[in-house]
Amino acid sequence: MASLRPVSAEEIESLAIGAWILGTGGGGSPYLALLNMRRLYRDGVVVSLVDPMDLADDDDVAVVSNMGAPLVGQERLTDPRTIARAVTMMEEYRGRRFGAIMSLEIGGGNAIQPFMAAALLDRPVVDADCMGRAFPEAQMTSFAIHDLPMYPLTLVDVRDNAVVVARAASWTWMERLSRTACVAVGSIAATCKAPRTGQEVKSCAILYSTSKAIRIGRTIQGARRDHRDPIAALVEAEQGLLLFTGKIADVARRATEGFLRGTATLDGLGEFRGARFELAFQNEFAVGWLDGGVRITTPDLICVLDSVSGDAIGTETLRYGQRVSVVALPAPSVLLTPKGLDHVGPRAFGYDLEFTSVFR
Amino acid sequence: MSASRRHIGIDVGGTNTDAVLLDGLRVVRAVKTPTTADVTSGITTALRDLLTGDGRAAAGPAPDAVMIGTTHFTNAVVQRRDLTRVAAIRIGLPASASLPPFVDWPEDLAAIVRGDVHLVEGGHEYDGRPIVPLDERAVRDAARRVRAGALTSVAIASVFSPLNAECEERAAAIVREECPGVAVTLSHQLGRIGLLERENAALLNAALVDLARRTTRAFTAALQASGLTAPLYLTQNDGTVMLAASAEAFPVYSFASGPTNSMRGAAFLSGRTDALVVDVGGTTTDVGSLRHGFPREANSVVEVGGVRTLFRMPDLLSLGLGGGSLVQGDPPVVGPRSVGYRLVEEGRVFGGATLTATDVAVAAGLVDLGDRRRVAGLPGGLVKAALARMHASVEEGVDRMKTDAREEPLIAVGGGCFLVPERLAGVSEVVHVPHQAVANAVGAAIAQVSGEVDQIFQNLSRDEALARAHRIAEQRAVAAGAVASSLTVVESEDLPLAYLPGNSLRVRLRVVGDL
Repeated sequence: MASLRPVSAEEIESLAIGAWILGTGGGGSPYLALLNMRRLYRDGVVVSLVDPMDLADDDDVAVVSNMGAPLVGQERLTDPRTIARAVTMMEEYRGRRFGAIMSLEIGGGNAIQPFMAAALLDRPVVDADCMGRAFPEAQMTSFAIHDLPMYPLTLVDVRDNAVVVARAASWTWMERLSRTACVAVGSIAATCKAPRTGQEVKSCAILYSTSKAIRIGRTIQGARRDHRDPIAALVEAEQGLLLFTGKIADVARRATEGFLRGTATLDGLGEFRGARFELAFQNEFAVGWLDGGVRITTPDLICVLDSVSGDAIGTETLRYGQRVSVVALPAPSVLLTPKGLDHVGPRAFGYDLEFTSVFR
Repeated sequence: MSASRRHIGIDVGGTNTDAVLLDGLRVVRAVKTPTTADVTSGITTALRDLLTGDGRAAAGPAPDAVMIGTTHFTNAVVQRRDLTRVAAIRIGLPASASLPPFVDWPEDLAAIVRGDVHLVEGGHEYDGRPIVPLDERAVRDAARRVRAGALTSVAIASVFSPLNAECEERAAAIVREECPGVAVTLSHQLGRIGLLERENAALLNAALVDLARRTTRAFTAALQASGLTAPLYLTQNDGTVMLAASAEAFPVYSFASGPTNSMRGAAFLSGRTDALVVDVGGTTTDVGSLRHGFPREANSVVEVGGVRTLFRMPDLLSLGLGGGSLVQGDPPVVGPRSVGYRLVEEGRVFGGATLTATDVAVAAGLVDLGDRRRVAGLPGGLVKAALARMHASVEEGVDRMKTDAREEPLIAVGGGCFLVPERLAGVSEVVHVPHQAVANAVGAAIAQVSGEVDQIFQNLSRDEALARAHRIAEQRAVAAGAVASSLTVVESEDLPLAYLPGNSLRVRLRVVGDL
C-alpha cells in the first residue's frame, strides 16, 4: 500500500470542528469521539491517513459508521472498542483482513469513528467518505448511487449483541433491516458496512473529504484566533452562501423510528430583522423556508452555526434563544446528478419539491 | 422591580461585601465593607452601615426583600479551594466506559475533586427500557467504599436520567442507607440530555454543597443578627432569585450570579443597554457584553473553571486579576492568587507585608487608599511593569470578548475598577457610573423572580401542553412574588416520551418577572 501521512493531534481537533459543520445538524457531535481520540493520542497512538488514489485496486477497505439517533449518542457515550468490534467481526465473517478503514459519512462524529477503529486495530484511514456530509439513511451514499452491492453488514452494541446482515435485496432493504436491529438495541450501534475494494473507493467514493473537514476546521480556528467573523471566513473559503442570521424562536422535536425529526423556527436579526426562517430536519437539516418560501433543500448542505464562535449546532442541541447563522455549502457533484437526487433529493425525505441548488 | 418596593441587595465577594438599599428605582444608600472570614460579621457590618449609618435612610419602611449574590462558589472552583472531595457514581455500564467521570476536567481540578469513581451497570434507553438492570450490589459496594474512604459528598449520574430518574433515585437511597449524612447530588435535578455535561454539573455541585450550606447559614444568621425579617433570596445565574433555603442544595445555579448581577447593575446605573462590561473584584475580573440590557448568553456549552456544562449563563471571560491580586517576582507577575478579603490587613497600604495590585495602583496614583507613604519606596520600574502587565491582561480579555472589530463603549464597575485603564484598544470610551463600586449589589436588588414547570403532559396537543405549562409557570411566578404584567418566557423546551402511553410530552418552561 501507498505512502501514509501521520495525522497530528491538532489535525484531529480541526477535523472535529470541520466534520461537525459538514454534519448539517446531524451525524452527532464529534466531541465525544474527539475525547476518545485525545485519550488514545495521549497514550501514544498516531493514526495515519492514506490518499485514496494510492490504494491498490484489490485493497480491502472497511467502511464504518456509528448508526442511530444523535440524541442517544449524547447519553450512551461512544467507545472505540465497539466500532473496532464491528470491523473485526466483518473480518471474521469474510475471513479477510482489511488494509484500511474509511468513514461512511464525513459529517459529524462518524468522521472520527474510523480513526477510533484505526487506533485500536493499527490500520490507516482513507481520506474519503461516501456522503460528503451527513445523511440519515444507508442508501444515501455515493456507493448506492453507483449501484455497488450493499451487503454484508455487521452491527454490534455495547452489550454482547451482534448482527450480520448477510444479504439484502436492495439498499432500501438494507436500511430497513439494519435500522430495525439498531432500534432494537437502543437506537445506537456500531456498524461495518459492505466492504469496498480500492478500485471501488477510487471510482465511487467522495475523495479527500477528510482533509476537507480538517481544512474547514482550520478556517474556523484561524478566524477565531484573528478575531475575524468565522461565518464570513467559512463562506469565503468554501464558496458558501449566508442564508440567514437570527435567533431560535421555537424547536419541536420527536424521536421516532430511530430518527430525530422536527422543525425549528428562527426570528431574523441584523439585516434579516423582521424575517423568519424555518428548518425541517430528519437528523440533518433537510429543507429551509424563508418567510414561507422554499429557500434551500437537500442535498445542498444546510449548516446552522453559532453566530459568534462558528461552531456547528446539531439538531439535538438547538435551543430556544440561540443566535445562529444558516450557511449553505455546495454538495459533492455526484449527489446533484438525477440518480443522486433520487437518493438524496427533497423527495427522498418526503418533500414534494423540485431541487434547485442555491449555487445555480 | 415595581416602583414602591424597598429591596436590599448584597453582594458577598471574595474581598468586599457590598450592600445597597433600593427604593423603587432609586439607590437610597450604598455601602462597601470588607468580607470577613466568617462571612456573617461582614454582612452584619454592611447592614448596620446601610440601615443606621444615615438617619434618613433608616427612617423608611422595613425592606420587603433581601437578595444576596455571591461569587463564593465560582471563586472556590477557579482558585481550587474549599472544595469537597467527591465520589462519582456513574450508572450506565456496559455503555460509556471509555469516557469515565472527570474525563474532560482540567487535571489540576480533577486531582482535587476526584475522590473515587465508580461505574456500575444500569441506566435507561431513550424509550425508557433499562439498558441492563441496575446493579444494586455494585452501588452498595461503591457506597461502602465511599464510607470507608470517609467521603462526604456523592454525585450520581445515570444514562437517560432526565427521562427516567429511577436508577439515580434508587442508587441515592442505597448510598443514604450505607453512608448516613453524606450529601447526594443527582444529575437529573441539575441538567438535561447530555450525560457528560450533566454529570459534570452534578460533580461540581457535589464539590460545593458543603461550602454552600455553611455560606447560606452564615447569610441567614447575619440577617437575624441585624433584626431583618424580610425573606432572604439568593440570586441565580440568569438574574432571578431563589429562596435561600432551597438554593443551598444547588450552588451551581448561582455560579454566575455575581457577574450577572454586576452586568444588570451596570445597565441599570448607566442607562445603557449595549456595551462591554468589565467588573473588577478583589480576586477576579469578569468581562462580559450587554445586549438589550441583559448579559449576552453563552450559546451552548459553558466552561466553569475549565469544566464543560450546559448551564444557561452569561457569556463571560474571567481573568485572575483583582484589587487583591498578588504581585510577585521581577519582572512582576500579577495574580491569579489573591489575598481576597484579607486585603485590608495584608495589603501594603493597609500596613501589611503583601504586595497587591491595589498597592501598585496607589503607588501609581490611580487611586487613593490606605496610607500611600507605605508604597513610596516601590521601584518605579516595578510599578510600571506591573501596570503594563494588568493593562495587557484587561485589553486581551476585552479583545477576546468582542465579536467584531468596531469600537464599543465599556462600562467599568466593581471595587477594583481603578485598575481599568482609561484607554483600551477597541474601546470607544470607558464609562463610569455612580455607585460603580457596588453595581453587583444593585443588580442583586433588581433581580427578578421566576416560575418554572417541568412536568409530563398527556393527551394534549403540543400547543395545548405548552399553553398549559405557560399558565402554570406564570401562576408559580406570581405566587413567588412576580408582577404578572412583567412576565416573559425565558426558557421553553419539550421532549416527547415515546415509551409512555398516550401522547406524552415532557415540558420544561420558565418565565421571569419583576419582584
